[in-house]
Amino acid sequence: MCGIAGIVNLSDHHDPPPVELLQSMIGAIRHRGPDEYGLYRDTHAGLVHARLSIIDLQAGQQPMSNEDRTLWIVFNGEIFNFIELRNELEKLGHHFRTHSDTEVILHAFESWDIDCFSHFNGQWALALWNTQTRNLILSRDRIGVRPLYIHESNGRVLWGSEMKAIFADPSVPRSINPQGLDQTFTYWASIAPVTVFEGIDELPPASIRVYGPHGEKKEKMYWSPSYPEAPGSWEHSSTFPTLATATEILREKLEQATKLRMLRSDVPVGSYLSGGLDSSVIAQLGRQAKEGRFETFSIRFDDTEFDETEYQRTMAATLNSSHREIIVTRKDIAQVFPDVIWHTERPILRTAPAPLFLLSKSVREAGIKAVLTGEGADEMLAGYDIFREAKIRQFWSHQPNSKVRPLLFDRIYPYLARSPQRARGMAFEFWKKGLEHANTPGFSHEPRWSTTSSLKKFLSRDFLTSLQNNPSPTPLDNLPSNFNQWDSLAQAQYLEITTLLSSYLISSQGDRMLMAHSVEGRFPFLDADVMQFCNDLPTEYKLAFLEEKRILKKAADGLIPESIIHRKKQPYRAPDAASFLSQDTPAYVQELFSDRKLKESRVFNSQAVQGLYEKCISKREHVREPGLFSNTDNMAFVGILSTQLVVQQFIETSAPRYGAEFEFKTFVDCIQHPLLAH
Amino acid sequence: MIDQQDIQKTVRDFIQQNFIFDPNTALVNDESLLGVGIIDSTGVLELIGYLEEKFQLQFGDDELVAENFDTILKITAFLQKKLDKQ
Repeated sequence: MCGIAGIVNLSDHHDPPPVELLQSMIGAIRHRGPDEYGLYRDTHAGLVHARLSIIDLQAGQQPMSNEDRTLWIVFNGEIFNFIELRNELEKLGHHFRTHSDTEVILHAFESWDIDCFSHFNGQWALALWNTQTRNLILSRDRIGVRPLYIHESNGRVLWGSEMKAIFADPSVPRSINPQGLDQTFTYWASIAPVTVFEGIDELPPASIRVYGPHGEKKEKMYWSPSYPEAPGSWEHSSTFPTLATATEILREKLEQATKLRMLRSDVPVGSYLSGGLDSSVIAQLGRQAKEGRFETFSIRFDDTEFDETEYQRTMAATLNSSHREIIVTRKDIAQVFPDVIWHTERPILRTAPAPLFLLSKSVREAGIKAVLTGEGADEMLAGYDIFREAKIRQFWSHQPNSKVRPLLFDRIYPYLARSPQRARGMAFEFWKKGLEHANTPGFSHEPRWSTTSSLKKFLSRDFLTSLQNNPSPTPLDNLPSNFNQWDSLAQAQYLEITTLLSSYLISSQGDRMLMAHSVEGRFPFLDADVMQFCNDLPTEYKLAFLEEKRILKKAADGLIPESIIHRKKQPYRAPDAASFLSQDTPAYVQELFSDRKLKESRVFNSQAVQGLYEKCISKREHVREPGLFSNTDNMAFVGILSTQLVVQQFIETSAPRYGAEFEFKTFVDCIQHPLLAH
Repeated sequence: MIDQQDIQKTVRDFIQQNFIFDPNTALVNDESLLGVGIIDSTGVLELIGYLEEKFQLQFGDDELVAENFDTILKITAFLQKKLDKQ
């Protein structure tokens, strides 16, 4: 786990990349790798690396080269099947100098060129520099666990694990990209390659981009979530193992995926415990994979609405782990929120990343560098309410005037049945929207996207005009050619994975919050083999009528307490607008909602935003009442505040947070020492 | 006796101030409030609570349907009918 950055000249008319600039770039993201630093530079390229040492602590330094020093790499992440690949490559005649996964990538590339990436089971973002062909190869893992951003200008390409590495070059222009904001205020995040900054691309997950010596550019996806075509549900399942057999296979695959993530590490690996099914299963499998002390970590809330302490402690007792808890208050969230946004580098509509920022801090303080989490299970095995909502809406769409069909919503939201009839009726009206579009792509996500889109009323007139003239790409633009042949659950899963998982959950709530405190996350449910197995499963093994994650609950039987298997699923949430409205809220909040700051940032309609702020402030006296703020007001408040923080921290300010006062342990400068090139 | 124009203005003002926020943004009387996302399902309850208090009315559960609350015109007509019955 690490941070990477670099510069490559795309023509012959440039000076070599300056060492000082490369040092500033990697310095800007040194939280990702505080253990060691490395640099490689020649006439055309500069590669830098900040290392969080986890595998081969003695010899895994980067940048690393092949034997004849014609191929150089900087790599962030892990290739979990590197030992198996190494054996395969040795049989093909490759010789290894280290025990690191980094060296395996170099040899794999020598053997298989860019096809090597589909051999990897892992989480990575990397840059390979071929000094002979002068090709730069950039690549990311299947889901985009590890980030990679790219900027091209003036005949150069700059890249970095985070955009702040690119912004370390003062010549890179900084402005908000209306399309990135438009996507955020529709899909909850910008979707690669779009970012919220003009001129900066995010390399999409599962992609390879190759730059040639004169700026030629090629991009290719080597993987995409795929599902069985037109399974006809029962027909498909008759050719598939029975549920009992499939459950056994899933358990074995999860055991294997967790074992790889526990054992392929030269430092101890801990686990997060949310109190839910997914992290409990993973923690138990982690516990079983390795003897000895096992550390677990949980977030508690002083808001009982969000708290899951009881289940976390039950699981920690089952594991007999060394368990640490942090208690998060609204005040904590407001205090750390600017730091959270400095790490997400994009606006967010929920405060949920903030407690995870605090949790990774406690992990690091406990001396742990890597943790397992249950991320990915809800996407792969249909755990989210959005899948169940879509199923009911699909069923309802067959008889849109039925008064009985929408009563199924009571099954997934039992509180509705207990609510005053009025809340229930209006919720039904909300879900009724767009029923006529059943069987069209995006049907599952339409309620979420249209609700979120209402936030755009706060955008400034200039932004809205710009978007009218230049509309944003949508997740429905480039669907796989056989998308329409998948069943409706598979279509919904695909959209959830390619929008929310990659662009928000695994990024803003995952990598960024973990790496803020130099902690690596490892996600067994996102193992390449586990994902493909889950995607191939018959629908009813995942979502059985309205029962979510059916097969995982069966696989968990005997592994974790029944009270956790059968508990009502509680989505992970944190207090949103309510975190920022108490009397002792930090001054930055009021300042960023002021007319002056709103007009300076030019993103929002100041009058509308201040109206929202006044409305929220007027409820301050009742701020402890649950449900005080509507979903839309909550998202708008957090979305606007975080956008203002993005503007303040990345557009108005150019000073890096950290200096570049560190020494490179690996320093290969072919300009000062030309002999190093050979 | 409150006339229809006053009712409509009350409804419009509340929606403008609490859901649209900017007085310069156009609010169309026959636009679906839920449909175009001006109000979400919780927001409708906020609006209903306000109208019950403002006009001293009680709405029965069976009255809380889109046919009565989906547009400003529908809300106004519905309120007028309720007030006339009082």
